[in-house]
Amino acid sequence: MELLVAIIIGVLVASGVYLCLRARTFPVVMGLTLLSYGVNVFLFAMGGLKMNQVAVVGMSPDPTDPLPQALVLTAIVIGFAMTAFLVVLALRSQGELHNDHVDGKPDDGGRS
Amino acid sequence: MNLAFVVMLPFLGAFLPPLVERVTGNRTLLACGAAALPALALALLFDPARKVFAGETLHSTLTWIPSLDLSLAFRLDGLALLFALLVLGIGLLVILYARYYLSAKEKAGRFYAYLLLFMGAMLGVVTSDNLLLLVVFWELTSLSSFLLIGFWGHQTGARKGARMAMTVTGMGGLALLAGVLLIGDVVGSFSLTEVLASGDLIRGSELYPLILCLVLLGAFTKSAQFPFHFWLPHAMAAPTPVSAYLHSATMVKAGVFLLARLYPALAGTDLWFEIVTLAGMATLLWGAAVALFQHDLKGLLAYSTISHLGLITLLFGLNSQLAAVAAVFHIINHATFKASLFMAAGIIDHETGTRDMRRINGLWKYMPYTAVLAMVASAAMAGVPLLNGFLSKEMFFTETLQSEQLGAMSWLLPLGATLGGVFSVAYSARFIHDVFFNGEPINLPKYPPHEPPRYMKVPVEILVALCVAVGVFPAITVAGLLAVAATATLGGELPEYHLAIWHGFNLPLVMSFIALFGGIFVYSQRRRLFDLWARLPELDAKLVFEGRIQQLGRLASAITGRLQNGSLQSYVAWGVTLVAVILLTQMWHLPALSLDVGMLPMDGVAVLCTAMLVAAAFLTTILHRHRMTSIMSLSVVGLMVSLLFVRFSAPDLALTQLSVEVVTMLLLMLAMYFLPVRTKVESSSVRVVRDVLLALVVGAGVAVMAFLVMTGDTTTISQFFMDNSKSGGGGTNVVNVILVDFRGFDTFGEITVLGIAAMGIYALLKDLNLASAKYDSLGRPWAKDAHPLVLVTISRPLLPLALLIAVYIFLRGHNLPGGGFVAGLITSVALVLQYVASGVGWVHSRMPGDYHPVVALGVLLAGLTGVGSWVFGYPFLTSSFTYVSLPVIGKFELATAMLFDTGVFLTVVGSTLLMLANLGKLSLLDDKREEA
Repeated sequence: MELLVAIIIGVLVASGVYLCLRARTFPVVMGLTLLSYGVNVFLFAMGGLKMNQVAVVGMSPDPTDPLPQALVLTAIVIGFAMTAFLVVLALRSQGELHNDHVDGKPDDGGRS
Repeated sequence: MNLAFVVMLPFLGAFLPPLVERVTGNRTLLACGAAALPALALALLFDPARKVFAGETLHSTLTWIPSLDLSLAFRLDGLALLFALLVLGIGLLVILYARYYLSAKEKAGRFYAYLLLFMGAMLGVVTSDNLLLLVVFWELTSLSSFLLIGFWGHQTGARKGARMAMTVTGMGGLALLAGVLLIGDVVGSFSLTEVLASGDLIRGSELYPLILCLVLLGAFTKSAQFPFHFWLPHAMAAPTPVSAYLHSATMVKAGVFLLARLYPALAGTDLWFEIVTLAGMATLLWGAAVALFQHDLKGLLAYSTISHLGLITLLFGLNSQLAAVAAVFHIINHATFKASLFMAAGIIDHETGTRDMRRINGLWKYMPYTAVLAMVASAAMAGVPLLNGFLSKEMFFTETLQSEQLGAMSWLLPLGATLGGVFSVAYSARFIHDVFFNGEPINLPKYPPHEPPRYMKVPVEILVALCVAVGVFPAITVAGLLAVAATATLGGELPEYHLAIWHGFNLPLVMSFIALFGGIFVYSQRRRLFDLWARLPELDAKLVFEGRIQQLGRLASAITGRLQNGSLQSYVAWGVTLVAVILLTQMWHLPALSLDVGMLPMDGVAVLCTAMLVAAAFLTTILHRHRMTSIMSLSVVGLMVSLLFVRFSAPDLALTQLSVEVVTMLLLMLAMYFLPVRTKVESSSVRVVRDVLLALVVGAGVAVMAFLVMTGDTTTISQFFMDNSKSGGGGTNVVNVILVDFRGFDTFGEITVLGIAAMGIYALLKDLNLASAKYDSLGRPWAKDAHPLVLVTISRPLLPLALLIAVYIFLRGHNLPGGGFVAGLITSVALVLQYVASGVGWVHSRMPGDYHPVVALGVLLAGLTGVGSWVFGYPFLTSSFTYVSLPVIGKFELATAMLFDTGVFLTVVGSTLLMLANLGKLSLLDDKREEA
């Protein structure tokens, strides 16, 4: 199972990073969303994996680590707020600059 | 008497002159205002001085940053007292002198403020009992001297000279800081008292050579030692009172002060002897020789100062106690005669309008009184008997004769010393003869020159009187101060020595006479020497320095221009590259990967879901140009992630992820309506390959790290939360109790961020005009239908149901999976569904569409809950709970944490709806525009 989760994290981060490096705002937003999934799962996995051991007092003999869960829970919500902010920033830049390039101006053809 | 207060007085005094200047234009009052607090400081030192003379060392400590071992610790021993007297005493004389030197047009208030700032910094340097504090004051002297040298900022020379002094002494200051940090590392304390007591420890340390070099870099740059001497002549662009103060008596002495201060801790090794003596000798000779060829009056004095500082450094380098005594003695003597000479030079400049010695001649006729003063001071500089310079120079000659550390080459030291003495007499003779005799003045800007105002001469008179008094009656004037200062320098023991004019006819006396007559002979041959000098290639330190600085600037802007090219895309690439490099270089330290570790067993469902997730993530990436498809596969990824949370015992996360997934998808769809539907192909294939490589490296690195952590042994602090959740927080769902209780402050911060993000989005969307695309990616026009009936029909009864579930999830959150975040998100989804199904107009006609108050109320409620615990005398956000029994419902729990969670709930609902509803309204605006 740990192997599967590690693969998932790797794939999410790699896809996220690749999309973040694109030139247009929309793929960058998608990339950040994927990246935040990856980071959330990564943080979550730091507590170790346990099945059917919910961190509720008295429900499980060997409960899972609740601390990463609490951290990730707020991270998910903040991640949404960040994505929303970024999306709106992209819209604003589309509205002001009339293009959706992250640099605010059309690309120089892939140099630099 | 608190020493810290005395040190602070000049700093406080710095505020006074600008204030006085506003009230009155009277320059005498202004000078009095400037002098008031330093005079008070000097008076306050009287009683401590008596104690110091009685052999005490006074300490005063205020803690500042104890974790850094940095305290406002001051000490007053003999050495500190000597320098404090020099700083305050000569400072007061300079204030008086500047009263007449500065013209009425100049901003004297600002000048005095800088001067007092410097005075305070210098006083701090000499009285610090903490090495870090000393460095702080050290840097302050560099800064304030920059302001003083650049006081006439309209002159290029002043600006460049100030910059050069700042750069050189500033770099030295950094080196000193590094050296001090290393000393602190070796000794285990930055306290000067402890450092001085740990000399053997430091000298025995492996770091000693490095420490010594760094500290000496600081001292040598400050005291203008070869090869860092070049800044001092250029600092002569400063007003002359500044030169008299900084460049004779105080700032340049900070370097030799440091040598004296750390003498017990650092001196006594061969390395110390080699570096310090060599640098001192080179400086002594170079400065003395070049001084003769300066045509600028202040230039001559500047090089002479360099040479005398070299002499003092050389004495400290000899590793002999008597030499250190001689060095301290020469510090006193040089300060007195050099300050008076600078002041005399300033008077001449002031009265003739020039400092060029080729034009200033024969001033004896015009200002005989000043001439006498200047000639006595010059004679002291040359080391003429019956003046103070003679005494310390004799001691210097004696010491060079006694040193045997160069072995068979030991005769080099007295030879160099005598040679230095010869040149020193020669340039002193030039100062006397060329300025006051040697024919008539040539083409002076102010003619005829006359004596300066009466009180402008007072400071010079006092200093010259001191030169004579010390020279004639050393035993009753300076002996006491010298003894305590030298004792402090040597760390408690004082060698036997005699301050006397006549030591009998011995070798040092011969050397003195050789210097005297040799010097006069050299001066008499000056014409030939000047011709020779003129034929030498000119090396202007300023040009070289400026050139180097400009090269550095060009290099910096080239690098910055390359990195900061304005492209966010390339910044991200640089950032990710850095992460990749760190991952690649640090991975070597991790243990080898092995699949042969204890893992949870895989099953078919898990493998299938993983495959789906991976496929969906790749699909999102590969198909990112087809934005709609990409969003859909992204939602698959999100759903799979929430399943992952379910599988691994995190129901709270699964619930949150699921509801966030819904709002994120809505958000992206709404945004897509206004953005181009397809992404153009524009990245070059090189860039695509590079980005794929970066992504693979980072992804693989993170995956490996995650795998190692998951399969490795980890310790966790979570047992504390498990144990105290019920008893301390009153709930059994530990995740929720952590959020609202244990780490409630974090959560409070997080909902605040959420609220701010929502407000930011609102602000960004305000007055935004966006035209939506009319066609989808396949060229079909977007549907113009009214809201679909089926969706409307289903969504309306769903609302109360969803709200009921939200209430249920909220209430049980403290004990079972759920809570404010999840309940808030479920409520938002239910409400957003109404927007989607029935439209903004329909919703807003039935409920207020203004969500700002909800956000504010939420944050406020959470904050007030926290503040509430103050009322009962507990820290912020301490929760309390009780159990209440009601008929029918039965026994249940009431906790303040629930109030806090309500705040979270409201903030989440308010923020989410504020974001989505406002985004939704954009399309409404667009539709209206189209209709109009």
